Amino acid sequence: MAYADEAASHHDPQTFITKYVWSQDHKVIAVQYASVAILVGLIGVTLSNIMRLQIGFPGVFAFITPERYYQYVTMHGMIMVIYLLTALFLGGFGNYLIPLMVGARDMVFPYMNMLSFWVYLVSVIVLLASFFVPGGPTGAGWTLYPPQAILPGTPGYDWGIILMLVSLLIFIVATTMGGLNYVTTVLQARCEGMTLMRMPLSVWGIFTATVLALLAFPALFVSGIMMLLDKTLHTSFFMPALVSMGQVTNYRGGSPLLFQHLFWFFGHPEVYIVALPAFGIVSDLISVHARKAIFGYRMMVWAIVVIGGLSFVVWAHHMFVSGMNPWFGFFFATSTLIIAVPTAIKVYNWVLTLWNGDIHLSVPMLFTLAFILTFLSGGLTGLFLGNVSVDIPLSGTYFVVAHFHMVMGVAPLLVVFGAIYHWYPKISGRMLDDRLGKFHFWVTFIGTYLIYFPMHYLGVLGMPRRYYNFDGYQFIPPSALTLNAFITVVALVVGASQLVFVYNLVWSVFRGPKASSNPWRAASLEWFTPETPPKHNNWGPALPVVHRWAYAYSVPGASEDFIAQTAPLSDGGMEPEPYEVKEAIA
Amino acid sequence: MNTSSSAVLRATANGRDDGIPGLPLTAFRRRARPQSIYGVGLWVFIGVATTLFSLFITAYIMRMSSADAVAIAMPRQLWLSTALLVLGSVLLQRASMTAAGPDALAPRRLLLAGGACALAFLVVQWSAWQFLLAQQVTPAGNPGGSFFYLLTAMHGLHVIGGLIGWTLAARAVWGNVGPAGAAWRIALCARYWHFLLLVWLALFASFTWITPEVARIICRTAA
Repeated sequence: MAYADEAASHHDPQTFITKYVWSQDHKVIAVQYASVAILVGLIGVTLSNIMRLQIGFPGVFAFITPERYYQYVTMHGMIMVIYLLTALFLGGFGNYLIPLMVGARDMVFPYMNMLSFWVYLVSVIVLLASFFVPGGPTGAGWTLYPPQAILPGTPGYDWGIILMLVSLLIFIVATTMGGLNYVTTVLQARCEGMTLMRMPLSVWGIFTATVLALLAFPALFVSGIMMLLDKTLHTSFFMPALVSMGQVTNYRGGSPLLFQHLFWFFGHPEVYIVALPAFGIVSDLISVHARKAIFGYRMMVWAIVVIGGLSFVVWAHHMFVSGMNPWFGFFFATSTLIIAVPTAIKVYNWVLTLWNGDIHLSVPMLFTLAFILTFLSGGLTGLFLGNVSVDIPLSGTYFVVAHFHMVMGVAPLLVVFGAIYHWYPKISGRMLDDRLGKFHFWVTFIGTYLIYFPMHYLGVLGMPRRYYNFDGYQFIPPSALTLNAFITVVALVVGASQLVFVYNLVWSVFRGPKASSNPWRAASLEWFTPETPPKHNNWGPALPVVHRWAYAYSVPGASEDFIAQTAPLSDGGMEPEPYEVKEAIA
Repeated sequence: MNTSSSAVLRATANGRDDGIPGLPLTAFRRRARPQSIYGVGLWVFIGVATTLFSLFITAYIMRMSSADAVAIAMPRQLWLSTALLVLGSVLLQRASMTAAGPDALAPRRLLLAGGACALAFLVVQWSAWQFLLAQQVTPAGNPGGSFFYLLTAMHGLHVIGGLIGWTLAARAVWGNVGPAGAAWRIALCARYWHFLLLVWLALFASFTWITPEVARIICRTAA
């Protein structure tokens, strides 16, 4: 018994440093991950606003030189995709939610979990350090395509690209350490009664996305390390024989196309590394705030898994303009369109969950509903771009910018916001301010549509993306330039409104109204910790025992409109068994 | 839930003991045993590393199919390093098989010998590098050489990582974890050593047999 007691407290934090800084507690690590991701995300948003100033009001701001413009574009893209969204969904939500939702005391490898955060922080510092080195950060575009990424003529071709690649390699190490923890915790540390098919969809989404990350990030690692060697040791993995700025280089025979294949073998699953946690979280938020069981739980689980699998066989649709055998184009266009099937299943099931639900338009629910609309519109334009013949003329235009910002920029960020408003009471023990939350929602939601909807029009008009300015392009009418100015003004407003969100986050920690232990009357396990916020080890002396799924809402005959996962079996509200579903269909 | 069972749950959830003798192992308790947790963790890592080396080999094939690629002759030292890795794998497997037995000394000796083989492997790989450099096969020369240095370095890093794990396991085995605790730790070392061997065999085979001509056939490209 003494050994067991020792085991339970073997990494109980004793000092301020071990409790809040060098902490092995998954909840503290989650907040650390999220704080750094949000901070670096604010830098990313600021960079996008500076880019928009140049596009909307060309020539007005002298400090935005062409070189800096491309550096801001590159850093904005990489920060938002990797260092904000990936880190926040996996390191932030993954860390906080997995142990609490599956009924574990912590991640199974707490020390490695702690290292994961600190290594992530190092990667962010190395990335941001590139702003202060000679030549500044890389301006190669977030895809870092060789040969231009490491040759003179591209901003930051020297130290900038080296720091970017080193930072990415460090980030991958951090993600791998975190990912090993998330996967193993889900597989091994679920509490009694928490079968895989009782796990909340948030956990399924994060779990599957983590598997994707563990299998996709090695491709970025391979391409990153090979490009780093091309730059530093003058190997020729990707660099062909060429003359650069009038100088014959020592490179010979390398294949830029090989880099593209490796990059997109990572890059497309990356879309789903961000999207799948969002899918899962949205499913849970809809269910809680519509007081209804998620429609088609099993179908939702399998859709997540199938989307994850298919995401590895669509990468070359990002390379249609690189030129490829038409049969390859046909294959990748087909696989791209097939992935729309499980995705559509999810959208239908979200809508069917809402159908006849007791919908509460709380702030998390507003963000959730906005996500469904945004993901739908962003996804539909993906069907256009998934076709080779449509993609080729649109590929270099603002249509693509609009598409990917809607589907993997705005949509997941709406989920991030909804999730933070939803779980903030559990994390901090206090509620966020509702009025500020609604203000933040409406400005963000309407604002992003005002930004990105017109971009579809600009794209169809043929307006090229990536350009520093549009002087001398006769086919671009003055009205398009006016539209760009309008988009810039809205982008500035939306960017500034995020400060309201940050203010709300910080203010509410100290002054927000105290939250009850389960303010949304949710059924899932994380709301039933003995204390709010949960203490170290989460569950007090005994682990919980689970008797049902996380979606027992509005069960006929129940005393309340939800039944906790831990409530006795006699309370009912069990998950539907497969045969019951079959009977219902029959 | 009574006090003793909750204590078991608490302990097993932290991955620190094997449950209390006499109590049935439910699926929950079986999952929570440290050997299960570390075992699954290792399988996941092996999956990641397999993906990494598969992608490296795929890149190697694609790059070797280009016109400037030349096959490099493999130094003879590589046969010795291969033999060392095979021997290390066999020794650790033997250690794993004898770990739960009454003789506590034999598995410890085998564990030490298995680790020593991995160390020797690294030394021989280093000498193979020196040999190739003396033959003017440089990292920045033809892609065959570039990939050789890169992939052997990556594999070597994984061997070093394995040696760190092996050190931790050896410390525990020489501590007071008991035969059962020693057995699963040695078994995990043995599994990783087998994996390192398989990866090395795949790399060695690729360097030896995937010549530019073979790569061009695979990629269907002309010289």
